[in-house]
Amino acid sequence: MKRAWVANVALICMLPVVAIWASMADEPFIITLATKVAILALAGVGLNMALGQGGLVSLGHAAFFGIGGYAMGILASHAQSYTPLLEWPMLIEGSNSMPVIWLLALVSSGLAALVIGALSLRTNGVYFIMITLAFGQMFYYFSISWPAYGGEDGLAIYMRNGFPGLNTLVPLHFFGLAFAVLLVALALATLIGRSPFGLALNAARQSSERVETAGIRPYRLQLTVFVLSGMVTGLAGALFADLNRFVSPSMFSWQTSGEIMVFVILGGVARLCGPLAGAALFILLEQLLGGISDYWHIFLGALLLLIILFARGGVMGLIAGPGERAHV
Amino acid sequence: MSPVLIAEQVLNGVQSGVVLFLMAAGLTLVFGVMGLINLAHGSLFMVGAFAAAGVASATGSFLLGLVAALAAAAAAGALVEVLVLRRLYAREHLDQVLATFALILIFSEGVRWVFGSFPLFLDIPTALSGTVSLPGGILYSRYRLALIATGLVVALGLYLLIAHTRIGMQVRAGASDREMIAALGVDIGRLYTVVFALGAALAGLAGALVGAIQSVQVGMGEPVLILAFVVIVIGGIGSIKGAFIGALLVGLTDTLGRLFLPPLFALFMDSSAAATVGSSLASMSIYVLMAIVLVLKPSGLFGART
Amino acid sequence: MSEVILAAVGISKRFDALQASRDISLDLRRGEIHALIGPNGAGKSTLIQQIAGRLKPDAGRIVLEGRDVTALDTAERARLGIARTFQVSALAMEDTALQNVVLGVLGARGGAYRMWGNALARGSLRDRAEQAVARVGLTNMATTRASALSHGGRRQLEIAVALALDPKAFVMDEPMAGLGTSGSHDLTELLSGLRDEAPVLMVEHDMDAVFALADRISVLVSGEIIATGTVDEIRANSAVRRAYLGEEEGA
Repeated sequence: MKRAWVANVALICMLPVVAIWASMADEPFIITLATKVAILALAGVGLNMALGQGGLVSLGHAAFFGIGGYAMGILASHAQSYTPLLEWPMLIEGSNSMPVIWLLALVSSGLAALVIGALSLRTNGVYFIMITLAFGQMFYYFSISWPAYGGEDGLAIYMRNGFPGLNTLVPLHFFGLAFAVLLVALALATLIGRSPFGLALNAARQSSERVETAGIRPYRLQLTVFVLSGMVTGLAGALFADLNRFVSPSMFSWQTSGEIMVFVILGGVARLCGPLAGAALFILLEQLLGGISDYWHIFLGALLLLIILFARGGVMGLIAGPGERAHV
Repeated sequence: MSPVLIAEQVLNGVQSGVVLFLMAAGLTLVFGVMGLINLAHGSLFMVGAFAAAGVASATGSFLLGLVAALAAAAAAGALVEVLVLRRLYAREHLDQVLATFALILIFSEGVRWVFGSFPLFLDIPTALSGTVSLPGGILYSRYRLALIATGLVVALGLYLLIAHTRIGMQVRAGASDREMIAALGVDIGRLYTVVFALGAALAGLAGALVGAIQSVQVGMGEPVLILAFVVIVIGGIGSIKGAFIGALLVGLTDTLGRLFLPPLFALFMDSSAAATVGSSLASMSIYVLMAIVLVLKPSGLFGART
Repeated sequence: MSEVILAAVGISKRFDALQASRDISLDLRRGEIHALIGPNGAGKSTLIQQIAGRLKPDAGRIVLEGRDVTALDTAERARLGIARTFQVSALAMEDTALQNVVLGVLGARGGAYRMWGNALARGSLRDRAEQAVARVGLTNMATTRASALSHGGRRQLEIAVALALDPKAFVMDEPMAGLGTSGSHDLTELLSGLRDEAPVLMVEHDMDAVFALADRISVLVSGEIIATGTVDEIRANSAVRRAYLGEEEGA
């Protein structure tokens, strides 16, 4: 347990160290990469709540990631063009303030997760996987066919949105913001993991019969965590859109869902910092292998295959030793 | 809207349903017999399309292209089964999802490496080009009609194979009781490889048939794969009959949604807005269908209890 | 006659051609162990599932302390005090014994949605769980994972979880199944004491245990209760000997 704790702390500290070093060395691209790691890790932390603790193999988290992204895109584009988002039944203006955008991202991705979860949790196992994947694809096609916000071409935002007290255009400031959000999410995941809710949820993953006969409905536990999970991933989507100053339907694509899951698995399922390790490794591989070959996804695929077949604990399993369960 | 147009769109719906059936049948067989969820099924669809396009353009024969598609997809399927998937049958669904996701990455990039990023084209054979006139003054693509016929013949063949042959019996028994069938002395490893190759061949056939209507390119398989999942959720897992009915329902809902929803909205909004809203909602119609089935019958129309 | 705690009233259930329950009426009274016996395929499990809430009867009612609970699902019935144990242990295998029991306390007292605080922190939640663990004699194993417990240990743990629910009635599906002689001896003692906390309805094949424990026995054959009575009454019942023991000889 101690080894796991040390590994977690080391991993968490590594990212700001890299970012600060890059800032001093005047390497803004490296800071951007570190920011991307923090944001993708956040998306993974979201998925890991459902996947690791709830055992819900959602292949549709791109839906929430994309909704978060479009929450940013839609609000910021209205602010950019000085047109109200809605005039009736009440006036809603666009916004280029991150807290407002985040609120919309959290609320809308939470609502989407509530609907998708309520439907797909009526089933389980392989059905759940197929249904979440399908609903994710629904948002993808919808975003393509809805022309108001760029349709297939996506939507560019010229200025990064602001955050009170920070200059988000300074790469290190924006990194700090994304990293702080990641820390909050990690703290939240830890808190939930050891709480009574986490205990019941983890039991539901292992035996829904056990939980039912203890007087607790697994469905409601799972729906609750699915909504929380969707909200965290949605927030990551809003930050990701702000990082790129661009949103497009590809945020909704099944590849995005798959990649978020890959972060979690590369790092190690149900490990607190698994998504962070996984996202960092993913970006590292993208930079290293992508530089060698345009077809680096082949190597990523092969690596993933090897990890699944032979090293099931993921990276954190190798570093931190076996058997870290968040709430033990 | 003329009845002829509607009839034509119904045929288009049936045609896309037939393609979905070929995909869903393989998926549902593999799931029913081996308990495996295979995301790489879409890659086999793509392999079939590329093999058909490559061989047809090299030899000038569409038929040889079809044969190549079946052979290439079946071979790729068998290879993948032997090398990777059989290690996953006893694993959790999560491992299966990730391993087959990894396979998609390998297949897609591999094909891109070999064929490049530009789409290939597969020409409709001359014997099947042009249109036929159907009763009621409907002119319809001869090729699409042949595609529908092929799909129906395959569906019938699959039904006969499963209901009336020795291997079909093993498949049905394998789906319900793996130990039992192993105890009866059936070589279960070989059965699995055969079933997987059969499913792969169906996917390859679908890819080749579709390849002559759309462009053949990397990534063409996954959208069809996801629709095939919708088909399976609607039809019920493990059921060929469910896959067939589900596929037709999805094909028809999608095509007719695109046909009827925009004019429907034009009844109460101006026409350009109606076209936008209608077509956006039409893109969601099959998922709404899936949601309705989930509310009414979570295990699918023909599914056994999960 | 003492007070009826749990009753099945006129339960019928049919699966296609199979009539699994045929107008079954059965009651469980305060302070008793009521054993349900019968040959394989008689419909014992189906009946237990209808009482616990997993299956809905086609006709008839399940009544707990005078309240009709037929329309309620498993979780609601568990909260009202029907504590079920399984033939094949249903436990959170990766969790410790104590964590499994805490789950039961959470179910009974509410709070399963509290997302802060440590589930295992000192306090009334943990006290109650430890008390239940002690009651079944697992105190030394409290921090052992369920998967590392012996077969008998898991049985004891299931009972501890059931106890943590502060149940009105225990419903047990073959608690003795798969236990060795000494294991079933220990469990017999534990079960015997449980009836003072809440009456026990149990399906059981181990006749030694049934005759040692049961205050009353009901015999289920082909979905029908053919006799209910004390151990001696059942032993003497000719219909039971014919139907039940006859079946045993044939098997």
